[in-house]
Amino acid sequence: MRIFDPHIHMTSRTTDDYSAMYEAGVRALVEPSFWLGQPRTSPASFFDYFDSLLGWEPFRAAQHGIAHHCTLALNPKEANDPRCTPVLDALPRYLLKDNVVAVGEVGYDSMTPAEDTALAAQLQLALDHDLPALVHTPHRDKAAGLTRTLDVLRSSGLPPERVVLDHLNETTLGAATDSGCWLGFSIYPDTKMDTDRMIRILRVHGTERVLVNSAADWGRSDPLKTRHVGDAMLAAGFTDDDVDQVLWRNPVAFYGQSGRLRPGIPAPTAADAAATHEGNSILRGGE
Amino acid sequence: MMLTPLASLRTGLEVQLDARSRDWLHRALAEAADAPRAPGPGAAAGLPPWERHFATAGRHCAPAPGAAPADAAALTDTARVLLLHAAGPDAEALTRLYGHGSAAERRAVLLALPHLDPPPETSAALALVEDALRSNDTELITAALGSYAAAHLDAHQWRHGVLKCLFTGVPLSSVAELEGRARGDGELARMLSDYARERTAAGREVPADLHHALKLTEDPRTERP
Ligand SMILES: [Zn+2]
Repeated sequence: MRIFDPHIHMTSRTTDDYSAMYEAGVRALVEPSFWLGQPRTSPASFFDYFDSLLGWEPFRAAQHGIAHHCTLALNPKEANDPRCTPVLDALPRYLLKDNVVAVGEVGYDSMTPAEDTALAAQLQLALDHDLPALVHTPHRDKAAGLTRTLDVLRSSGLPPERVVLDHLNETTLGAATDSGCWLGFSIYPDTKMDTDRMIRILRVHGTERVLVNSAADWGRSDPLKTRHVGDAMLAAGFTDDDVDQVLWRNPVAFYGQSGRLRPGIPAPTAADAAATHEGNSILRGGE
Repeated sequence: MMLTPLASLRTGLEVQLDARSRDWLHRALAEAADAPRAPGPGAAAGLPPWERHFATAGRHCAPAPGAAPADAAALTDTARVLLLHAAGPDAEALTRLYGHGSAAERRAVLLALPHLDPPPETSAALALVEDALRSNDTELITAALGSYAAAHLDAHQWRHGVLKCLFTGVPLSSVAELEGRARGDGELARMLSDYARERTAAGREVPADLHHALKLTEDPRTERP
């Protein structure tokens, strides 16, 4: 089973996670930029984070045979902090980078005017850079948040097939499906969406335009949830081809719209091989 | 006619690229050559076109069908080095391109250092080499220990670079002019022997590369030009 996790925050995960993901079949992933749990207080703090998503984290992923791409944005929560909003001015030069396959995560957190501004500005950046957008639907007041998100999307001019609406559930599935956007489901141990509910949704909706992710981060989450969904699909009578569509071909098709996706398995370099052979510092997490 | 190293790099790249990528390369190099060496204050507003090419080179360098099994990353590295050479950025621009660069862009800046004409301001260029040597990215470390470091990096930093290779698994064969610089270097020999002792005490294998480097230090130092 080959797996592409279209939404996972590896910055918060360990090398054990990378190894377990590889064992489970994960060969490619997309790491969206988001909130770190600890609020940032300046644009420079974002730039270091973006640099890490464009350098160090892909390097770590490659050590474990996993291709790493990212999406960049000012997240909705910190869009409310005027100390952080100048990040928007620096995003254009970051969005040029070869490994950036979408603008995101953008969307709403508390549905404030500042979030309106940041969302509209970043959907425009997606248009300007010919990139798709990863849109986070809010955890609180989700249905109303989705309605407002869809209004902004319609006026943005970004075609729905270039948008994924993420963290969907049973209450938001209908409106999201009608919008024509891609449908993202984050499978969590105890919130958002679980494996059984995901199977029921796939039975009713089918496998078209569906992305399944672990959204694993610094909170209680599990980077192997994608694999669990694949196993549950097979147990529920879906075919290998259905599983491949949901867990590989759909994310490749969505992010492939950027023209920058290279989901091939990175070939280990001589240095990597030596590092592996020696059991040396990278795999051990530093000198 | 003898080709300069850079001209042969360019020829080598062109034969490996497909037609579209080759067109892109010609356009990008022409725009880089036209770029002002030290952009005026007005240029700060938007990115100069050649810098956009520098950032996006990875998605414009597709190998020609039937070309030798090309490593796309290596093709992109070469294209970026040629762009840097054509644009001839000053120290400030070079520092910015490295600082704002993805890991691949940073690698290209390091690889370009020995090729820039006029040569970069030494202290600024060495600051980039030293930054890369502080990283744990083996590709950056490898690029940092190229011929620019061989020619300019001070003895202390260079020895630590060699040791870092042994720590991170970068083969010493990728360190430029290892033989010449290691020859007769007693301090490097001491550092290597101490490290070998540390490994042995921990019951770990001593890397073969370490023995090789240690052997090189035993040769008497010859006069360096
Ligand atoms: Zn997320």
